[in-house]
Amino acid sequence: MATYELKNKKNPPISEIGVIKWLHENLFSSLFNSILTLFALYLLYLIIPPLADWLYFGAEFGNVTNDQCTREAACWTYIGKKINLYIYGFYPEEHYWRIHLTFALVAVFSFIPRLFKNNPHRFKLIAFLFISYPILAFYLLYGGIGLEVVETHKWGGLTLTIIIAAVGIVASFPIGILMALGRQSKMKVIRFFSVLYIEFIRGVPLITILFMASVVLPLFFSEGIDVDKLLRALIGITLFQAAYIAEVIRGGLQAIPRGQYEAADAMGLSFFQKTSLIILPQALKISIPNIVGSFISLFKDTTLVLIIGLFDMLAIVGLSTSDVNWLGRETEGYVFVAFVLWIILYSMSKYSKNIEKRYNTELDKEKL
Amino acid sequence: MSSNDKQIIQINNLNKWYGDFHALNNINLTVNEGEIVVICGPSGSGKSTLIRCINYLEKFQEGEIIVDGTSIADDVKKIRQVRSEVSMVFQHFNLFPHLTILDNLTLAPIWVHQNKKEDATERALALLDRVGIKDQAEKYPNQLSGGQQQRVAIARSLCTSPKIMLFDEPTSALDPEMISEVLDVMVELAKEGMTMVCVTHEMGFAKKVADSMIFMDEGQIIETNKPDEFFKNPESDRLKLFLNQILDK
Amino acid sequence: MKNKANFLSNYLNNNEIRAFLFQAITVVAIFYFFYAAFDNMFDNIAARGISTGYGFLDDESGFNIAESLIEYSSASSNLTVFYVGILNTLLVSFVGIIFASVIGLLIGIARLSSNWLIAKLANGYIELFRNIPILLQIVFWYNILLINSPRSIKDSANVLDLIFINSRGFFMPKPIFEFEFLIVFLFFLAGLVGRFFIKKHYNKLRDETGKSTNTFFHSLLLVVGLPLIVFFLLGSPIQFSYPEVQGFNFAGGMNLSLEFIALALALSIYTATYIAEAVRAGIESVNIGQKEAAYSLGLTKTQSLKMVILPQALRVAIPPIINQYLNLTKNSSLATAIAYPDLVGTFAGTVLNQVGQAIEIIIMTMLVYLAISLFISFVLNVVNAKLSIKGR
Repeated sequence: MATYELKNKKNPPISEIGVIKWLHENLFSSLFNSILTLFALYLLYLIIPPLADWLYFGAEFGNVTNDQCTREAACWTYIGKKINLYIYGFYPEEHYWRIHLTFALVAVFSFIPRLFKNNPHRFKLIAFLFISYPILAFYLLYGGIGLEVVETHKWGGLTLTIIIAAVGIVASFPIGILMALGRQSKMKVIRFFSVLYIEFIRGVPLITILFMASVVLPLFFSEGIDVDKLLRALIGITLFQAAYIAEVIRGGLQAIPRGQYEAADAMGLSFFQKTSLIILPQALKISIPNIVGSFISLFKDTTLVLIIGLFDMLAIVGLSTSDVNWLGRETEGYVFVAFVLWIILYSMSKYSKNIEKRYNTELDKEKL
Repeated sequence: MSSNDKQIIQINNLNKWYGDFHALNNINLTVNEGEIVVICGPSGSGKSTLIRCINYLEKFQEGEIIVDGTSIADDVKKIRQVRSEVSMVFQHFNLFPHLTILDNLTLAPIWVHQNKKEDATERALALLDRVGIKDQAEKYPNQLSGGQQQRVAIARSLCTSPKIMLFDEPTSALDPEMISEVLDVMVELAKEGMTMVCVTHEMGFAKKVADSMIFMDEGQIIETNKPDEFFKNPESDRLKLFLNQILDK
Repeated sequence: MKNKANFLSNYLNNNEIRAFLFQAITVVAIFYFFYAAFDNMFDNIAARGISTGYGFLDDESGFNIAESLIEYSSASSNLTVFYVGILNTLLVSFVGIIFASVIGLLIGIARLSSNWLIAKLANGYIELFRNIPILLQIVFWYNILLINSPRSIKDSANVLDLIFINSRGFFMPKPIFEFEFLIVFLFFLAGLVGRFFIKKHYNKLRDETGKSTNTFFHSLLLVVGLPLIVFFLLGSPIQFSYPEVQGFNFAGGMNLSLEFIALALALSIYTATYIAEAVRAGIESVNIGQKEAAYSLGLTKTQSLKMVILPQALRVAIPPIINQYLNLTKNSSLATAIAYPDLVGTFAGTVLNQVGQAIEIIIMTMLVYLAISLFISFVLNVVNAKLSIKGR
């Protein structure tokens, strides 16, 4: 009946764009919202200025003694004086380079495989690097032939936190995979012990596991063998984390369609081949966001070692403020540690969200 | 079909923007009582946006929409009035999964229209029978197939005795073998004299029951015509291109 | 000869046999491991002169506990310490759960607010408190409370002459319920019952005539108004014991220790972040089409929320929230760090140090938490079964 002429697009009415619109829609769209906005602004007014004053504007940064340092605001001088303690624990200063080297090697070892992208022996190289790093790292940190020994009770601070987290993550992973597979197993005995392990560990607080590792574990060994304190903590944390990783991986395993198992069987693959070549790679990929989440939790849990006598960053606060020269600076200490840990954990969670986003878009592409 | 000249929907100079994007550009449209209007066009042309303005699921910045004498505005009473006369069937059915089929149907009659439970149930069962789902009344939506769910959705829309029914691509989310069972119900409704505004790609359906075809592109109505002329003699180039693309299959 | 070899290889390649052998070897290995470990353990224990068995539970504990819900003194048995610890753990967990739920609910909803400022603040809260370890939060708040609380009773912070704050904690008025209060409480229960029947009556009325009545004020009258009237009629049968300075301490009133407050506060703030996320995920999980369908059917905003959106949102949100309750209870074990006398601190702490029987004590402690976990899992399963949407 009718054909219309094509019109050009117009611009929306003025009240629809710009700052006024934004303010109106987002902050003052209704009476209730306006009241909320004012309430929120009032809250901010109550909190931000005193906080900023304590943290920065009134705070002391200069080179003064504890008595000269202000009590009304933060005394960051204290942190400056104790910073080595916070980062390196009791590690001897002349040997700091060993810690630096250990961490630098992580970057180096991660980079090396990229140089050999098309080399057929690449996989063996990665395996070699993966196995040799812990040995090398331990040698550097602890000492031995040629390097002076630094006992583990001297390790502390941020270094210790990172070491515990890293070892926990790496060691718990294979155990977690085994437990997850065990829980899925058709063999009743295997399944029984896997479920028992996982549900038991997940039902109790980490602190009880650490107590167990710290107090009971030494009793399991023959008289005379003294189990290193750090090692006990590492065993406790690893066994604890393994149960949680197992559940995460189990989620991934369950997300794999039955058809994958059947196709692998039909091809005649053995259990080991099927699992390592087909099932696990897919399960792990699906679980990546949750695995990262699990690691974030682990990192937070490392603070508990203070309760069994190890000197992670949090423990250093209590330690360094019983120093006669710096009494009463716990608040500064806690704020500093909170700040450092927060940055690390926040970065990890942002990274996790990125991975999730990238992974979801990859999935969508596959669907198309 | 529409010998009745009563205009039940009037859209005058409708303009809508999403931020800076001009989604609906000067739409003018009237629908008579009992008329079947089919809107088609490429994706992104604004067809869904247009019909969602009719029951105020989308707001608009310029122009007016008058439904059965009520001019739509940001007014709770007016919106409720319009929504009690206009029903919508969605592409993804939108049945309430936590309620039984029967409860899905009787929810609005009881809570919006103050019907007695017995009456509402009776009417619901009758409508379910009409769309062929009577024996599934106590089941839950997720236990039904897509085609069955959409027929239930249609029955749910009918429970409130609407004067106008809006269909937003009702068969686009269905597997091919279930499309005809839904279209059959829609054809029945058309024959009984319901005023329907449908956004759809199902041209067979359109040819069978439409009184008026509307082609939209880039937020504007490009061409309207009776179905015969619309398909046989498209005037605008864009419509010609569009028909080539979809009728070629 | 050949047949025998074939038979053996067939035997070993048979899947069932293989599975059996694998499991048998595993069982043997595990049992051997534990046997060897326990063997060493008993040797070591004997060598150190530590006894075994649970006899120590009857011995006198010999130490004081700062706060307890039941009668306790240094003459009480170690078993009593066990009970005191459990009760304290449950108490702080219960309080923490309530506050965490309230805060979490508010923050979760605020996160979705159309008000940009409120949404951003809620997001900031979550990002801040979720990424700081709970132990750090516990010691931090304890530290803040300690340094801001006056040491001596005289200098106590004074709120309206009712609440006093010093380093021994918060001293507040304590309600003492007289006997007549029981009658008020019974009327409250009656009000609840009445409300149930009123609702039933009006539901029936709506079914039959279609007319729906708002029963909010009826409920208010019955559940709040009725007991309140009875309360005053009986002469207000509540007395308050006010904290008053007596010598070097307060007498009367009730006392919440700084340790308790710090622990409950930290646990609430931290767990609330997870609950907020669960609430948000629940609400976001409801397809926007559900809201649109409800609106296009003519339901009001309130009706849509109550009958369509919330039922679906809660189904998604409740399981993770219950899981968070379990986490909070487990995290309460960190009370050790600030000397709040929970189960781990008192029993697996002081008693263990004195008695030395680590295995028995830690196992008893673990069993308590396992029992709590099992209970919460059970609740979770029941809830899941009841809430599940059929067909999915």
